[in-house]
Amino acid sequence: MTWPAIAALAALTYLLKATGPLGAGSRELPPTLATVSDLLPAALLAALVAVQTVGAEAAISLDARLAGVGAAAVAVWLRAPFLAVIVIGAATTAALRAIGLD
Amino acid sequence: MRPPPQPLPRSVRSKIAGLAVAIGVFGLSFGVLAVTAGLSPLVACAMSLLVLAGGSQFAAVGVVAAGGSPVAAVVSGALLNTRFVPFGLALAPLLEGGLLRRAVASHILVDESAALAIAEGRHGRASPDRVFWLTGITVLVTWNVGTALGAFAGGLIGDPEALGLDVAFPAGFLALLAPLLDTRRARVSALAGVAIAIVLVPTAPPGVPVLAATLGAALALLVPEDAGGTR
Repeated sequence: MTWPAIAALAALTYLLKATGPLGAGSRELPPTLATVSDLLPAALLAALVAVQTVGAEAAISLDARLAGVGAAAVAVWLRAPFLAVIVIGAATTAALRAIGLD
Repeated sequence: MRPPPQPLPRSVRSKIAGLAVAIGVFGLSFGVLAVTAGLSPLVACAMSLLVLAGGSQFAAVGVVAAGGSPVAAVVSGALLNTRFVPFGLALAPLLEGGLLRRAVASHILVDESAALAIAEGRHGRASPDRVFWLTGITVLVTWNVGTALGAFAGGLIGDPEALGLDVAFPAGFLALLAPLLDTRRARVSALAGVAIAIVLVPTAPPGVPVLAATLGAALALLVPEDAGGTR
């Protein structure tokens, strides 16, 4: 990575990050857009979870991550505290990797 | 003058602390990887400070390490960050203050700060603006301290993946997602988002699947609202 490349990535990233807070600001959205925007976090977070759980380089990979996130899902369902969910997910995946199941 | 801020609830602070640990360790591994890929420690630190988007930094350095051009590195990194547009749009109404404050807030907009602010704000347990700032600043500090330790001190710790820490993020996001799924439309939005992302992962460049998943929110409008519900 050269300095110009880092500056370019930083500038592009900032533009993408600032589009919402600076571009849309606190303006009232038209009702339909407001409803979509209300539903956005569910779609985004769910997609992020999916990609981080089974996404690999240009492929779907079912590995120790899926077991860990599965265990975390059970913990969420049982209303475990946030930190416990993270620890259960990470520990499950770590344990499977430790015994070579990945 | 704004009134003196109330401390955030313990539950919120412990969520931030949990994410901070994972981010710090990943910052460390980014520092190590960046130096291994030929960046000077100073350049690695500048990157974490100026870009502040972990996934895109790993991607960009990975492209360079694999012999790719700086342009390819920038493009793949920026593509991963396109999700900050929809995240920022959902977050915008929850932020307070004028242009300057929002301009600074934009820099510390990361998955963790946006997701926690939206999740906590939805149920009115804490001011989403304050959750956003505390999470964003915590991420800024831990990610950069981690990067510096990794870049200058090198392989002090083992592989974060051996500790399962890569799963800390989807596990945490799942916990933040669950309470958002309180309406039929929200559940359709999430399911459609997952379906779109999974279908695109094998073929689309990294970053596109999550960006395209925003269409799930639009698709959810096709199902009727819950009876008596307002969303």
